[in-house]
Amino acid sequence: MPAAAALTETPPLGAPVYQLRNVGKTYARNAIKALDSVNLTLTQGSFSSVIGSSGCGKSTLLKIMSGLIPPSTGRVVLQGKPVTGPRRDIGMMFQQATLFPWRTTLENIVLPIEIRDGKAAAKAARDKARALLELVGLKGFENTYPGELSGGMAQRASICRMLITEPAVLLLDEPFSALDELTRDFMNMELQRICTSRNATAFLVTHSIPEAVILSDVVYVMKPRPGHIAEVVEIDLPRPRTLDMMTTPKFGAIVEHIRSRLDKEAFI
Amino acid sequence: MSLERIADSSPATEEDTVWKEETGWLDRVPRAAKMLFVFAVFILLWDLVTRFGMVSRIILPTPYETLKDLIFVGKNLLTGQYMLGALWITLKEVFYGFLLAMLIGFTLGVIVGETAFGEQAIMPYLVAIDTMPKVAFAPLFVAWLGFDIDSKVALAAFIATFPIVVGTAAGLHSADVNSRNLFRTMGASRWQTLIKMKLPMALPQVFTGLKIGSVGVMAGAITGEFLGGGKGFGELIRTAASQLNTPRVFSLILYLSIIGLAIFTLVSFAQRRIVFWQKDRVSTGGEG
Repeated sequence: MPAAAALTETPPLGAPVYQLRNVGKTYARNAIKALDSVNLTLTQGSFSSVIGSSGCGKSTLLKIMSGLIPPSTGRVVLQGKPVTGPRRDIGMMFQQATLFPWRTTLENIVLPIEIRDGKAAAKAARDKARALLELVGLKGFENTYPGELSGGMAQRASICRMLITEPAVLLLDEPFSALDELTRDFMNMELQRICTSRNATAFLVTHSIPEAVILSDVVYVMKPRPGHIAEVVEIDLPRPRTLDMMTTPKFGAIVEHIRSRLDKEAFI
Repeated sequence: MSLERIADSSPATEEDTVWKEETGWLDRVPRAAKMLFVFAVFILLWDLVTRFGMVSRIILPTPYETLKDLIFVGKNLLTGQYMLGALWITLKEVFYGFLLAMLIGFTLGVIVGETAFGEQAIMPYLVAIDTMPKVAFAPLFVAWLGFDIDSKVALAAFIATFPIVVGTAAGLHSADVNSRNLFRTMGASRWQTLIKMKLPMALPQVFTGLKIGSVGVMAGAITGEFLGGGKGFGELIRTAASQLNTPRVFSLILYLSIIGLAIFTLVSFAQRRIVFWQKDRVSTGGEG
């Protein structure tokens, strides 16, 4: 598949891609410490999740990692270069697909290229976009407007938009939480397939413990006041993961362990 | 007992429990018939009031007199006599007034909706001017621009500008957090964000402003003619009214309303074509 092969300068599997050292964030306006000394390393081809209740600082963490806001303390380095703003080697996906209804699916997917490199480059990227659409199972929907796509299909298209710039890291902000549970499980398996096929380095923010466990190699458990990583849980379930694994005792034990690590009060 | 057995245990001999939902007979009458009914009742009441002399003929003509005059005015317009010239003048006022209102309204709307300076320093003044009775400016426009169509164009534009400003500014604010964040993570410039995201997203509300403005522009032109003379349709109405020719006033107003409706329909049509992704009702002029 040409789009996957085009990934340039891919570090070897397991090499560190994204590193955070002692990252903290204090909102100056009300002197609230949102994040305290977060350390994490994402390695090439790994899938990591952060889980925690609302207000545990995970959206602050994600904003720092995506270059939307600066940290107050610490060091944020992606591919050896400090993150000092939005970058094209950071791919993002949100809870909503955020496709623009006046653009066809294909035009939506090449939008990041159009913004960064102009209309001509966007046109040249169309073939790549078509290949990506095929990868996520949306072949034939190139010229469909988002209004005619289902929720799951729209999120598939937004996966393509995230992948078109060939980012070094994928930041996923509860990407499927607006979908119904059946679609969500299915999309998670699709996400695994897509990430595996491209050796993608992914970082997922989620509320769902089972979702974090079934997808991840590492789960970071976050706790609030101030936001910090309370535990790092390695998930040693075999790859590829399947939905059937969710009924195994081992899976249940991991979920139970993480649940016990999260304060009950955090789930009000 | 297994789950399948529970599901299958109902006897096959029992009958289906199909029942009919009740609908009111009025719901089944076609819409056209309902509209026609209301129209007929209105005409009947009108006819009764005038036939039995409850109101002076000078104040309220009979429906028949009005119809006769409608036909007279219609003939006059179709054969290109003086009324067509008057209509042409009013149409020109409306056209230029609306064009001016769109240009100024959209520009101001973008300034007010996109820049913090515009929102903080310009918007308060716009709101202050908007609360003034704009028709009261008509004598000023006449004094500044004369009795020709310019003063009418100015008043028409003056009235129609504000809804367009408000619609554009509100539309620019309607971009959601996700879309803004997405554009920021893509490294989009402010200009790119405006052109590729905020403005298209604002279009439904821009059109709401345009529709409200399209109604105001006609009112502005006619009011301008009432107060500032000229040779337009408003002048015909004024003359007819001063001659107590009430049927003529009625029929002239009716023809004007047809034109007003045509402008509104034109804007709605443009909205359907341009904002093609907006699926909900577009004819009501309500919030998009």
